[in-house]
Amino acid sequence: MDTQSEPQLLHGKCRGMRDMLPGDMLRFRRVEDAFVDACRAYGYEEVKPPTIEYLQLFTALGTLTPAMVGRVYSFLDWDGWSGERVVLRPDSTIPVARLYVENLAPRSPVRLFYVTNSFVFEETGRKNRERWQCGAEFIGGAPVVADVEIVLLASDVIARLGLEDVRFQVCHAGLLKALIDELDLSAQDKEHLVESVLEGDWRGLEAAVAGVADRKRYLPPLLSLKGVSSGYLQNVRALSAGAGPEFRRALDQFIEVSSLLDELECSYEIDITAVRSFEYYTGICFQLVSSAGEKVGGGGRYDDLIPLMGGPNIPACGFALYVDQMMLLLDGRDGGTARAAVVCDDSSAGAVRRTLEVARAVRAAGGVASVGIKRGPEFTGRFRWVLRVASETAETVELTDSETREQVTCSIAEAVERLVS
Amino acid sequence: MQAIGPDGIRFALPKGRFLSSASELLDAAGVSFEDYSSKTRQYRLLSSRFESLSAKILQEKDISVHVSVGNYDLGICGRDWVREMKARYPAAALVEVGSLPLREGAVYLATSAYSDLTCLEEVKRSNRTLHLVSEYPGVATLLAAELRLKRFRVFPVWGAAGAYPPESADLVVMWAGDERDLVSQGLRPLKKLFEVDAMLVANSGSLSARDMSEVLACFSGRLEVARNAGDVPVADGGGLPQSGLLTAWQSREIRLALPDGHQKTPAVELLERAGLDVPGYAGKTSERRLLPGIDWLAVKVIRPQDMPLQVASGHFDLAVTGQDWLHEHLCAFPSSPVVELLDLGFGKVRVVAALSEDVPVSTTEELSRFVARGGFRPLRVASEYTNIADRYLRDNHIGAYKVMPTWGASEAFLPDDADLLVDNTQTGKTLVENRLKIIEVILRSSACLIANAESLRAPSKKAKIDELRAMLAGAVNETG
Repeated sequence: MDTQSEPQLLHGKCRGMRDMLPGDMLRFRRVEDAFVDACRAYGYEEVKPPTIEYLQLFTALGTLTPAMVGRVYSFLDWDGWSGERVVLRPDSTIPVARLYVENLAPRSPVRLFYVTNSFVFEETGRKNRERWQCGAEFIGGAPVVADVEIVLLASDVIARLGLEDVRFQVCHAGLLKALIDELDLSAQDKEHLVESVLEGDWRGLEAAVAGVADRKRYLPPLLSLKGVSSGYLQNVRALSAGAGPEFRRALDQFIEVSSLLDELECSYEIDITAVRSFEYYTGICFQLVSSAGEKVGGGGRYDDLIPLMGGPNIPACGFALYVDQMMLLLDGRDGGTARAAVVCDDSSAGAVRRTLEVARAVRAAGGVASVGIKRGPEFTGRFRWVLRVASETAETVELTDSETREQVTCSIAEAVERLVS
Repeated sequence: MQAIGPDGIRFALPKGRFLSSASELLDAAGVSFEDYSSKTRQYRLLSSRFESLSAKILQEKDISVHVSVGNYDLGICGRDWVREMKARYPAAALVEVGSLPLREGAVYLATSAYSDLTCLEEVKRSNRTLHLVSEYPGVATLLAAELRLKRFRVFPVWGAAGAYPPESADLVVMWAGDERDLVSQGLRPLKKLFEVDAMLVANSGSLSARDMSEVLACFSGRLEVARNAGDVPVADGGGLPQSGLLTAWQSREIRLALPDGHQKTPAVELLERAGLDVPGYAGKTSERRLLPGIDWLAVKVIRPQDMPLQVASGHFDLAVTGQDWLHEHLCAFPSSPVVELLDLGFGKVRVVAALSEDVPVSTTEELSRFVARGGFRPLRVASEYTNIADRYLRDNHIGAYKVMPTWGASEAFLPDDADLLVDNTQTGKTLVENRLKIIEVILRSSACLIANAESLRAPSKKAKIDELRAMLAGAVNETG
């Protein structure tokens, strides 16, 4: 056997799980802080749904595709003798909709946001099975104005993070469903097409659209909707006089939202394929894509979800940022306060007390202080300031600025003032 | 992938429904095994043609598990057990090499012929909580998701699934020879989920890393493309008129589950001594709903393994099961509303932890130290009682272990496919024959009467349950 190799860890982390280290958490908090600050500025209120929900919440309403349901972490709870399975939430929009229906309905409008993890099984174990997201839901928000609001909110978060390379791709799930409905196909074939598009396979739809009759010539241009302006949508509209009312309604709504975004100088691209797992989406959908083509967020309108859950007939829309992907776009800079090490070479009880008092004074003044008795190598480099306490009775400290290497001896009050200024 | 013999190829062969047809097919394909017949008492078989090939005869549901974990390179088992494995563990290392031209029935979704759910559409539309019972809980859960059932609960059972609807379940996902087979059991087929053909399966690690071409070549001309199952056309119209037996059964207040299998004979004797007449229970009848002489008592015959869960969920008020199965249930569900009312004295077994005589360990503490020193990595545990085994290992701080579920004859898995056995034994003779030694008696068990705690709180039920308990207690004391 491989006795020469590195000693094996006795207990490693679970496959597909991730340790977030200090550098990761700095990035995580930057995303979270930017998101929370933006949400508060728009008047959203924070909620936190529980980690465990009943499985049937996700299976019953057509809210998750059966393929997704096959990947959830579900099990019988300790009191699962009743046969009811529970699940580690695989998605957060559905639990938040449940939370609304159970606790807040029929209050409307309600703007909610949350930072949650969700759990989805993935075979290789190389991708994260626990995923974090920052989500916002605007329940009771009528079409167009609420759609625009959530796009603006998402772009505000991106701006706060200084991520210029993230693009917005906008499409319309209702239009896509109406498009499939316009095709002269059997109900079963249409259902099949919806399913394959849900799985990200567009070939069937492209073939079906390519073969449409002349009177439906307005359909093919829709599939090539990519990177175009709202003017393009107006042109499609002009050609589609013969289309059904659902199609026309969806297209009008799409045009209205995109024109508003144009006027607000919010940059975005139209991309009909930007819709994934739109099972509960009914209207405008969007996704956020990094310059590397990675999807870092997405959202849209889901008017049927609240009524399906037995709640009032209230429309809703929302979005989520995928924190794990967003973190990759940020560096691990510590934007916070310069930290101070308060150290003492004397380990007598009196000197330790003195050192702790000096550290407390730094913190009381709003600084960040860590204490080290017996100054060691760990206090090099990681601290902007080093305050050296000589003894129990010392009224002065030796203050070193690790950036300039300047060293002064001054009173405790002076030192504190200097390092928090 | 550990535990695959370093040189040989290991093949898992099915017991039961596919045994004789698979044996014929293997002979014709030139992959015969000596003694692969229903009469064999051997677990381990040798190939008559390939020196490097050996086989073991296992239950089909064990085959999907043990090929996945890598104890076997190849195996033959029914599509139903492959589907169940994949439904529960989508990432299982189980490759479907192909379908063999052996077909035995199909898996159906069915309801009672007397149910108000007369077609699939009604099932989908139903707003009440539907109880699904199945030997394939994974398949049943996926089906419930596909059908978008609004509210459902899935109850796994070891067997006799067809006996549950309509009183103890709304729907059943079960194997049957054909639709007539279901109808004869008082069921109405709603959907044929898939036909059950025998499949040649392989461990994915073995398939990618080992040269098994000589053996696989023998099957190449015999693999088929699997057929798709369609919906069963369902006769329209409402339910059948209620049968007399069913109406009478359902009208009785107290529902008692009695065991089939090994526990039946001693249970019959106890009931006789207690003066409790249950016509049709003794002997070889297949009727599972029985009407005892006491006019408030309804009896159903099911597997003892399934009784605690069924009593807990209120489908039965009382059951005669084993303390082992009660304990197994309570390990999984500590707050379960099942209570033991009476020790019935018969069916005494010990649930023990045992391992091969060759392992230098004779107590649980020694096992714990042995595992900590890297003696097994990880300790592979085969058990019919997965929850008891899990608790025993946890409580004794055994480091790294995996528990593999088995369905009987677990001793056959040691030492090749598992390191530790947690199983029941009456005399310990089978263990000795298989060169195993007991390191701990985890539980001493005998048959017992269990009750649902809710039923005991209902005054009218309580009085009747007390009466029945007294009758049985008298009979137990009689035998001393």
